[in-house]
Amino acid sequence: MPRLEEHCWSCSCSASVKTQELSSARWVVCKTAEMMSIITSVLSHAYGSLHSLQSANLIRRGLVLFIVGVVLALVLNLLQIQRNVTLFPEEVLDTLFSSAWWIPLCCGTAAAVVGLLYPCLDQHLGEPHKFKREWASVTRCIAVFVGINHASAKLDFANNVQLSLTLAALSLGLWWTFDRSRSGFGLGLTTAFLATLIAQLLVYNGIYQYTSPDFLYVRSWLPCIFFSGGVTVGNIGRQLAMVCKLTNDKFSFCI
Amino acid sequence: MTVRERLRQNISAAFYRHGLLCASYPVPIILFTSASILTCCYPLLKLPLPGTGPVEFTTGVRDYSTPSHESQGDLSERPDWYRGPPVAYIQQVLVKAAVSPWDNSLVPVDVFRSPLGRVFSVLEEIRNHVYTDRSLEALCLQVTDLLPGLRRMQAVLPEHGCLLVSPGNYWQNRRDLFDADPDLLKTVHQHEPKGLHTSATLKDLLFGVPGKQTGVNLYSKKRVVTYTITIALSSYDARFVASLRARLKQLHPSANCTLREDHMVHVHFKEEIGIAELIPLVTTYIILFAYIYFSTRKIDMVKSKWGLALAAVVTVLSSLLMSVGLCTLFGLTPTLNGGEIFPYLVVVIGLENVLVLTKSVVSTPVDLEVKLRIAQGLSNESWSIMKNMATELCIILIGYFTFVPAIQEFCLFAVVGLVSDFFLQMFFFTTVLSIDIRRMELADLNRRLPAEAGMPPPKPGPLRPRETPPPPRPSPHTITLQAPAFRNLRLPKRLRVVYFLARTRLAQRIIMVGTVIWIGILVYTDPAGLRTFLAAQVSEQSPLGEAGLPPHLGVAPVFPGGDPTSTLSGLPAPEPTPLPENQSQGHRAAHPEVAPVSSPQITWGPEDEELWRRLSFRHWPSLFSYYNITLAKRYISILPVIPVTLHLSPQEAIDTRHPQDTHHAPPPIPIPGGGWTGISRETCFAGAHARMVAALGLFAGVVLVLLLFCLYRVLCPRNYGQNGVPHGRRRRGDLPCDEYGYSPPISEISPLLLRGHSMDIECLASDGMLLASCCLVGHIRVWDAQTGDCLTVIPNNGGCWEHRDGWDHISACEAESLLGADFREPGGGAVGGQDVDIFPIRRRTTPARPALFGDQPDLTPLIDTNFGLSPPSQALSSSGFDFGGLVEKAYQEHEPSPTLAFPPSPPASQQRRRSLGDQPVLPPELPPQNNGDWDSSVWAMELRGNLIATGRSSGKLELWDAVEGSLRCSNEDGVSGITALAFLNNRIVAARLNGSLDFFTVEITKPLGLLQYRGRGSLPPSPCYSSEDVISCQLTRSVQCAHQKPITVLKAAAGRVVTGSQDHTVRVYRLEDSCCLFTLQGHSGGITAIYIDQTMVLASGGQDGTICVWDVLTGSRVSHVYGHRGDVTSLVCTTSCIISSGLDDLICIWDRSTGIKLYSIQQEVGCGASLGVISESLLVTGGQGCVSFWDLNYGDLLQTVYLGQSSEGQSVRQLLVLDNAAIVCDFGSELSLVYVPSVLEKLD
Repeated sequence: MPRLEEHCWSCSCSASVKTQELSSARWVVCKTAEMMSIITSVLSHAYGSLHSLQSANLIRRGLVLFIVGVVLALVLNLLQIQRNVTLFPEEVLDTLFSSAWWIPLCCGTAAAVVGLLYPCLDQHLGEPHKFKREWASVTRCIAVFVGINHASAKLDFANNVQLSLTLAALSLGLWWTFDRSRSGFGLGLTTAFLATLIAQLLVYNGIYQYTSPDFLYVRSWLPCIFFSGGVTVGNIGRQLAMVCKLTNDKFSFCI
Repeated sequence: MTVRERLRQNISAAFYRHGLLCASYPVPIILFTSASILTCCYPLLKLPLPGTGPVEFTTGVRDYSTPSHESQGDLSERPDWYRGPPVAYIQQVLVKAAVSPWDNSLVPVDVFRSPLGRVFSVLEEIRNHVYTDRSLEALCLQVTDLLPGLRRMQAVLPEHGCLLVSPGNYWQNRRDLFDADPDLLKTVHQHEPKGLHTSATLKDLLFGVPGKQTGVNLYSKKRVVTYTITIALSSYDARFVASLRARLKQLHPSANCTLREDHMVHVHFKEEIGIAELIPLVTTYIILFAYIYFSTRKIDMVKSKWGLALAAVVTVLSSLLMSVGLCTLFGLTPTLNGGEIFPYLVVVIGLENVLVLTKSVVSTPVDLEVKLRIAQGLSNESWSIMKNMATELCIILIGYFTFVPAIQEFCLFAVVGLVSDFFLQMFFFTTVLSIDIRRMELADLNRRLPAEAGMPPPKPGPLRPRETPPPPRPSPHTITLQAPAFRNLRLPKRLRVVYFLARTRLAQRIIMVGTVIWIGILVYTDPAGLRTFLAAQVSEQSPLGEAGLPPHLGVAPVFPGGDPTSTLSGLPAPEPTPLPENQSQGHRAAHPEVAPVSSPQITWGPEDEELWRRLSFRHWPSLFSYYNITLAKRYISILPVIPVTLHLSPQEAIDTRHPQDTHHAPPPIPIPGGGWTGISRETCFAGAHARMVAALGLFAGVVLVLLLFCLYRVLCPRNYGQNGVPHGRRRRGDLPCDEYGYSPPISEISPLLLRGHSMDIECLASDGMLLASCCLVGHIRVWDAQTGDCLTVIPNNGGCWEHRDGWDHISACEAESLLGADFREPGGGAVGGQDVDIFPIRRRTTPARPALFGDQPDLTPLIDTNFGLSPPSQALSSSGFDFGGLVEKAYQEHEPSPTLAFPPSPPASQQRRRSLGDQPVLPPELPPQNNGDWDSSVWAMELRGNLIATGRSSGKLELWDAVEGSLRCSNEDGVSGITALAFLNNRIVAARLNGSLDFFTVEITKPLGLLQYRGRGSLPPSPCYSSEDVISCQLTRSVQCAHQKPITVLKAAAGRVVTGSQDHTVRVYRLEDSCCLFTLQGHSGGITAIYIDQTMVLASGGQDGTICVWDVLTGSRVSHVYGHRGDVTSLVCTTSCIISSGLDDLICIWDRSTGIKLYSIQQEVGCGASLGVISESLLVTGGQGCVSFWDLNYGDLLQTVYLGQSSEGQSVRQLLVLDNAAIVCDFGSELSLVYVPSVLEKLD
């Protein structure tokens, strides 16, 4: 191996001198080395840009959002499982941590995407979100979101329409109380639509199941939950973006 | 609209009066509030304690009938769950068996083998018992399959038949299996779970008594085996049960058994909270804690943050309690799970109002009385509070109309909670706040006193003849220079510890973490003990509970005559035994160590009546849950136990032995107290358990702490701009370095030191290209702002030379040593070093630049600046030494060397030459003698083009040529000292000490008519005057009495001249016609800072700490914020925000349009005075020997540039931002020129 490297060195440095001696194998080696060096430079460039503050920030925020999403998904799924709303083939805790491992991961990824999208959208639309930008408000928002989930899982409603309407009103109230931005509303709606679609597809393919589905294959309040979840995660994402901006110009600590 | 306005006014007036009331009578109001809270919470005492422990209800056996489903109104003492038939009736047959008399030939296994063997016969008896063609099969609870997950218990627990459990189940109720079993203990224990177990174990279920009481072990001292046969009956047939009881009693009579048999206990089980439910619950509580934490963290600028945070939390919690109490009072019983909805209630009610109140009150002017501050703060926020409350009530009312019972109940609680929260806010919290504010003011007073004492008292005295400092030099510097040393001296160690704790909020964080750990441990380990305790409490409270209690309270343990049911069968009732003996026996049985008998005795005591109480409270639910029968929200009825006593003879025991028993068992330990091994094993086992629990708890705690720490690091990596507290806490002298060990590179920016002045720099003026500075002595130096070269020196031509008699003699000895005409720099450390401690103004012997000053005689050693060590000059002045000759000689020797830097200037050469050196300084302690024009010092200076306008203390206005250093023109129309100057286009405005304002016009007569502009395009046109021009300065208008008091600030921009005075007003003049446009009133103190720029933004700050933003066009006040405790020392605006610094060493950044404080930066003591904005987002502040650059958008420290090696003690007092991204700041007697291109790049 050292010899190989030596050859590469010599041929790349003084290729013109030894041109006649180059066998085809050496030529290949040389070219490979050049390619390697190009790749290395590209990679190092990419790595360097990764190390730059922007992407470090992005990754950091994404990580936090992912964790938040996973935790929320686990907790809220537990709530639903208690009420036997969702059905999994096996027992409760086993299911939660083994066979349905992909659900928290999906939720976490979705949370990261939505939470990063919100500040990004704000930036692109040029209307920075300034309404109640503080952690206390964000915590309150999370609490209300968990409360909505709790209500959907625990309360006894007369019928599904009533439940769905109540939850829709609650979600709108959540948006009005903590967000009040058009972009937030739009993104929340998009999130709700897409997530519901995905849930429908999942149930259609039999991966997942809801007890007593009343809206095609899923429960009709699912979009409301997704909407308020989107708004909540967006709130967290915006706050994180603000905090991260406050602390940028320093080295990142996550990486 | 008018209605709204009127409403608003009324509300605000009402709040104002209320605030006055609260602040006036704090103690009665707090007492009243506490009383009302207690009153409202009183109904809560009737509510059962929350908890999931079972609840009991006891009825008599004799007149028992199955309760109907309908609730009967008359039976008020019945709990509401006591309806309908129970899930099952539990009949337990308690068997106590012993081999007696015990002889030593028996092996330990005999203690339980034959007693256990008898269970099969008793079982047979029970199964075959028939009473009037009713058999057990017909009455018992039929069970089907076990749950699928319990395959391993299939062999043990009954399936498809009667739920009848006994120890015989271990052997499938077959005697032959039992007899063939070589190791009974192994069979019994093989189903026991390893390690920790929380619910009932199989042994408990089958034996029906707690594991320790069974006596089934090799080391039992009592040698009595106890077990129960548990029968679950689906329907209650009193006669069948009675006949069974009679039959068993007849077969196995229990002597001296006095168990009461007339009560049956109904046990109601609440919904079990499993781990799956606990996790969301804990999550909501964690979120709640986070919410409270984040909210209370925002409380700022009060005396005791903790106290107020506590008050806020108390307000919310007690309002919730009040709401529950009130609802209970009016007949609504809470059906919701209180623990579950509690976090949501808190979140709905919220802490926001409390914080808004605090903020509003705190931001009222600090000089008002406390009462008025409270009242004003309340009335300021009254409208928003009312609006918010109305909105919330509306939302909740909408929720009420969903007609979902749970939501309705929640909303009801929330409404009452909101109202009571409002009440508490108004009365309780406001009063607490007023007390706090009062305390803070007291503390403030105490804190300020030493600072005042540390000030050099003779500020207005003869040493510094000014009474009004020039605008950029607010008076506090005298304080701030001394404050740090003062503080370090007086701060005891414990206070520093307290400050450290307060700063890092260690305690707060520890408590947070501790709470979470506590919750985690509660979740992890089963709080069974707690729950049984709670259950006991509940049963104690229930009206009939005492009947179900173990009779500790002296209830007679003896019931004479037996029970009436036994008469049914006509069998002899058990003989009653005398009371005292029985009791003593019972006690002896309870304490095995006092049983010395070798022969086991079977005793029946009152503790045997309800042995099931000693079982886990999950015993029955887990038994039934094996068959998928839930007991949640249902109840079971436990019938009185049937006692069975079995006495076995030793021969019988020997007969039933398994052949392996004798092999297997060690010879019996003949010692009477031989139970020690068993006991020690038992304790070992318990100890291991405890250790395991502790270790696991500890481990979980550590993991939780680590997790939280990581989360904390991820979420809040550093301080936020909002509080910004740690920013300024950097230790002086240290490199600025954040927690991650990253310190911004400091080598990037190196300041350029401009040396030359011998005294502290007084005035600083620049027009972008040139830089003029004036020191205390009156020397003006003009520098090139780009390169830092000294272009011109305009000495203070008069004064000093005439005074030399007065002070030169002081340095006699040193002057003598220098007579060898050594012009090189004497390493000035000795001279320069000593005086630093004595004088607040630091004087340095600066290493002169060879290029510029090499040609000048260095007279530094001629001056003894160490005035503190020498006798006072006044005393010596009579001696009249004259060293003028010495100095003259030095100059004459030096004369041949060519002078490079200074072109010939108009004053006489003799004078000029004498004053060439900048070292013959006038000590500021000496009052300048009134000698011509020269003695007066420069109080104000402006630079435009190449003209320097100086305003002197004598009232004289001079115009100098900046390049040539020649006096172009002077005006002596006024006599009062010029405190401030503004030079705009060709007009000069001078503010005088007596409050008058003079407008001058500079007229240039150009011989060639050339007017060339220099400078960059962005500059305001600053004409360059050539030396040929004749410049005259005419007083165009003098506004006498522009202000009542001395004018402190004068700023001009955009054709307006703005003056601020100590008479609390700001005036706006038009520059062209010197007409006063507006007099702006709004401050309650002297004006200390004014900002106006080209875009007609006018902001002013006063001694009262307020900042007003004015509309220059209309003269109206746009916003008025209370920002600082103490004077506002400087003020700068950008397009989006206002930056102010105050005497409280705080730099506040305000939103310009709304007047909301964005964040504040805490500076070191004495550093908050100088400010500059380089670009829209880059702020530069002066500090102790350094300048710091901040990102304005987020309050982030970008970089700190240290100006000198020894940065101690020197603070930057003036800071000037030049157009080429350079800043100039004074640094004692030096100027520092700092280029910040790198910072700019970084921002872009």
